[in-house]
Amino acid sequence: MSKAVSALDGVTFDGFAKVEETGLRGMITVRGDLASKEMAAAVKAATGAEMPVQRKITSGDKGAVAWMSPDELLVVVDYDAANATVATLTDALKDSHALVANVSDARAVFRLSGDSRRDVLAKLAPVDFSKYAFGAGDIRRSRIAQVSAAVWGNDDGSFEVICFRSVAQYVFDVLQVSAQPGGEVGFH
Amino acid sequence: MLTLQCPYCGVWAEETELHAEGEAHLKRFGPDSDDADFESYLFMRENPKGVHFERWRHASGCGKFFHAARSTTTLEVFGTYSAQTMEPPQDIKDKITAKYPGWSWREFS
Repeated sequence: MSKAVSALDGVTFDGFAKVEETGLRGMITVRGDLASKEMAAAVKAATGAEMPVQRKITSGDKGAVAWMSPDELLVVVDYDAANATVATLTDALKDSHALVANVSDARAVFRLSGDSRRDVLAKLAPVDFSKYAFGAGDIRRSRIAQVSAAVWGNDDGSFEVICFRSVAQYVFDVLQVSAQPGGEVGFH
Repeated sequence: MLTLQCPYCGVWAEETELHAEGEAHLKRFGPDSDDADFESYLFMRENPKGVHFERWRHASGCGKFFHAARSTTTLEVFGTYSAQTMEPPQDIKDKITAKYPGWSWREFS
């Protein structure tokens, strides 16, 4: 099998906040009835995490689970564990009307850290990124400049942005411009 | 700027995160329907000054379609609701009646 590489090969930028591509990440789209006990059990078996409520992301010992829409979850695991996790989920959901797909190579992930990380995102997305509205455990699907993306807050305070791999360079470029020294807003 | 609350993910989404998808509550006429019905389904749209019902999609968010009731003159939003319904919910109709007594829109009033 060919060697897997992430979209931008771990590129980083140090501005007034730090932007880095996090490298390969296992991501699995799960669709189905989120209220069913089969789904909750499947998610628990695959990641150890509880079922997230609306616009939340929960984590367990093997990965995280994000609420994407009323019938869609994103399961985030280590890249190497993705296929095994797909197998676990598929098996756990075999009697339900559900879909499990490995989308790891279709996405890019960026991490934003630093005190002014909220300002970097607030310049690019029509979302309230104040600490009262958005923090650890929250996920928000929106747009970054002109493309769709999702942002979630990690427990260590950093934010992670996921976007389609095809627009990874664009998203990195706009994050970089937004984080450029001299462009500090000091709002958040 | 128009801000609508997506009834599926609860987000107060502003216009650029959404996509306008035309008129709400269209009755579809497909194969075997008569020509007049098909024509009216395909081309005839409301263009009201005042109360209007529209379909929107939370395109950059959860991706779901939903309906919104608003006024085209004041841009007041009366509410948003699920697209899996044949007519606007009663509470939204009541809100409209409070503002526009005697309103009507297609078969609703």
